[in-house]
Amino acid sequence: MKTIKNGIFNENATFVLMLGLCPTLAVTNTFEGAYIMGLCVLVVLFFTNFVISIIKKLVPDNVRIPVYILIIGTFVTVLDLTLKKYVPVLHETLGVYLPLITVNCIVLGRAISVATVSSVKESVLDAIGIGLGFTFSIMLLGGIREILGSNTITLMDGISSFTGYRAVYQVLPDTNILPITLFQTPAGAFLTLGLLMAFFNFIKEKRSDTR
Amino acid sequence: MNLFQLFMNSMLTENIVLTKLLGICPFIGTSKKESGALGMGISVLIVMILSSIITYLIYHYVLVPTDTTYLRTLMFILVISSMVQMLEIIIKNRFKKLNDLLGLYLPLIATNCAVFGTTLLNIDYEFNFVEMLVFTVGSGLGFAIVIYIFSTIRERFETASIPKYFKGTPIALITASIMALVFSRYFG
Repeated sequence: MKTIKNGIFNENATFVLMLGLCPTLAVTNTFEGAYIMGLCVLVVLFFTNFVISIIKKLVPDNVRIPVYILIIGTFVTVLDLTLKKYVPVLHETLGVYLPLITVNCIVLGRAISVATVSSVKESVLDAIGIGLGFTFSIMLLGGIREILGSNTITLMDGISSFTGYRAVYQVLPDTNILPITLFQTPAGAFLTLGLLMAFFNFIKEKRSDTR
Repeated sequence: MNLFQLFMNSMLTENIVLTKLLGICPFIGTSKKESGALGMGISVLIVMILSSIITYLIYHYVLVPTDTTYLRTLMFILVISSMVQMLEIIIKNRFKKLNDLLGLYLPLIATNCAVFGTTLLNIDYEFNFVEMLVFTVGSGLGFAIVIYIFSTIRERFETASIPKYFKGTPIALITASIMALVFSRYFG
């Protein structure tokens, strides 16, 4: 429990470690894309940490990184094919960013820094914590960008063929403030992440002041 | 689309960092110093061109005929990381001067999403060989140019008065945001 909490707050992948920023910025124009990407990373992280913590003693040090990348690549390919079969729409939306999970620095980073030195149970818990932390922060970013950028919030659209119903809500009816299309563009992605990071710096400072 | 247009598009209007949002980690991580940014930019350009050619040939002459295109991700990442390793050894032993400039950054490129992303996009956009080459050179140059400009801006931050909570990465991201606006509007 403590490891999971640590992964979500103290070592939050996006806002503290600042790893894996590419998918964080690229697929967050909709809330749906954001949480699906988060879950994909969580799944890959879980399986790679699990496998690597089992085989860590068999892998010699000088081929450690290539072997790890191959293991990660294998799970990403499995995920890629699974999504293509069951939710092709989503596979289309995530596009090239799905195979790019292979080179996501969070997954490789945790494999090297945690799974290589900890027990199986510890590594799996760490994977869940870091994965959830990543999912929450990417959801936050996706939510903010979609609300500001297109005045909607998409809970289920691409996966509706899988779950059976759509859920896309309008946030503010009859307004001329929203949408601000800037937030749908890549520039908006950088801006939102920059502002959020500054905001979390502010909160951290306030909390350490009160202690 | 004619080749010149493709080249300009991949370099400026659809810049790999500022529009496609690939290669953000090295973009933020190694752009604090001008020399570091230059080294990173050139290394990415070289690795990107070499690995695009190799992966393109492997995809069309090995994976497609044998009907194993689902191995794309694994195959490409294997090619890129082994090529980076080879390049590192060659540069270390033969080109001492180049090693001072690039040595530190080459190992980082094995897991760079700009390089891997470009090799995947080459396949997804269904380019022929010449188009692939033009697109790759454009993307690599685009990365080098943007990271170099970004680093020269960031060097100024040391003397600028930045709000307390924006110091470090937040202000860098906001700068990147303004640059993205400039690139997509001005050149578009």
